[in-house]
Amino acid sequence: MDVTTAEQARIAQEAGACAVMALERIPANIRSAGGVSRMSDPKMIKSIQAAVSIPVMAKVRIGHFAEAQILEAIEIDYIDESEVLSPADDTYHIDKTSFSVPFVCGAKDLGEALRRISEGASMIRTKGEPGTGDVVQAVRHMRLINQQIRMIQNTREDELFQVAKDLQVPYELVQLVNETGKLPVVNFAAGGIATPADAALMMQLGAEGVFVGSGIFKSGNPAKRAQAIVKAVTNYNDAKLLAELSEDLGEAMVGINEQEIELLMAQRGI
Amino acid sequence: MKNTIGVLAVQGAFAEHIKALQKLNCHCIEIRKPSDLTDHSLDGLVLPGGESTVIGKLLRELALFEPLKDRIEAGLPVLGTCAGLILLAGQIAEDDTIHFGTMNMVARRNAYGRQLGSFQTAAEFDGCGTIPMVFIRAPYIESVGASVDILARVDHHIVAARQGNMVVTSFHPELTADLTVHQYFLSLVQHKAKTCIA
Repeated sequence: MDVTTAEQARIAQEAGACAVMALERIPANIRSAGGVSRMSDPKMIKSIQAAVSIPVMAKVRIGHFAEAQILEAIEIDYIDESEVLSPADDTYHIDKTSFSVPFVCGAKDLGEALRRISEGASMIRTKGEPGTGDVVQAVRHMRLINQQIRMIQNTREDELFQVAKDLQVPYELVQLVNETGKLPVVNFAAGGIATPADAALMMQLGAEGVFVGSGIFKSGNPAKRAQAIVKAVTNYNDAKLLAELSEDLGEAMVGINEQEIELLMAQRGI
Repeated sequence: MKNTIGVLAVQGAFAEHIKALQKLNCHCIEIRKPSDLTDHSLDGLVLPGGESTVIGKLLRELALFEPLKDRIEAGLPVLGTCAGLILLAGQIAEDDTIHFGTMNMVARRNAYGRQLGSFQTAAEFDGCGTIPMVFIRAPYIESVGASVDILARVDHHIVAARQGNMVVTSFHPELTADLTVHQYFLSLVQHKAKTCIA
């Protein structure tokens, strides 16, 4: 869960979040503020590390390996090389193999996911469209990644070389997907998830966990909504429980449709 | 006959435990709600790694805490790894939280520090030979009380122990291809003498 203060971090931990993302501004506010958005102040991140016992993640700009070095120096638990911040490099992502801290990266299709993995990412998440409260892009990305995996599973072995060329990814990773039918790392859903139903939708579509960004602290009752989303992820197939969880949560984040926004963050870093 | 093992699946590394147990010919049930316990007769239970605060909270809110505690106290064989060890610990150092608290030991959470303190090593596991051990934001056992056997140590810290029907490891046996710990657990389930994979 995205948090901007120690107090929010405690609310997230109390609600059952298994990690928090320390940010100066949640994506919805980054979107409305405009300008260049960068790595958060290490002091603010440290205050969140001190407030909770669960892992603390933080974001760096795409390609900004110096920001990543700084976060590693303050012993951040995971780094998100994120399209939510302004990219620092429009060609190269960070060589994540040279870090000890695990990275998570966004992807909107299998090619992006496997390129990030070959650069050393330990976790993948859908890009979705952060800060919108609109789940449509996360759904599109999750479906596409899983469709492409299923296609590779059903591809003849001697055709995998061409698949690697088309996707612009290493052949060995394509071969691995062909054999195992899944990404070699965990795949989360992120970007636009605002309700327990959104979380359950993403889990049923094959996500192995959910990032909730603006959806919690932009809503009417953050603590209650956070708890409900945690339980929805655990029991994503139990419609009766989901109905109970969805009751009386107060106002969801208002949200903006993808057609209404000028900046598509998902286009950043391919 | 296949053993039926319940794997607590509210958060954490349950899928990996299920994979390891399936390799050992077990039938696995994901435990997410009370009816998962009443609909099946379990021969054993796995409490996986994850975040112990999260798992402890979800256990109570999903009404799984009491039925699981009853079963553990009644002697159901249980394997607790990492966060699972914390759930079973009778006491947690510098922390008033107690979850099941059924095992006579003091555990320390995040004893090796943050994510950067995570590491892999190999060490002797209770006469079964040297096995690979993956520690992720891991706890260790500071001290054990009466009737607890120490199964493994790394750098003088206790990282695996057994008390009656309960086996705990502070490392993640499900994240390596080595099945020694799962095999050891299944030998408890089958009420047999301890077995080691050759």
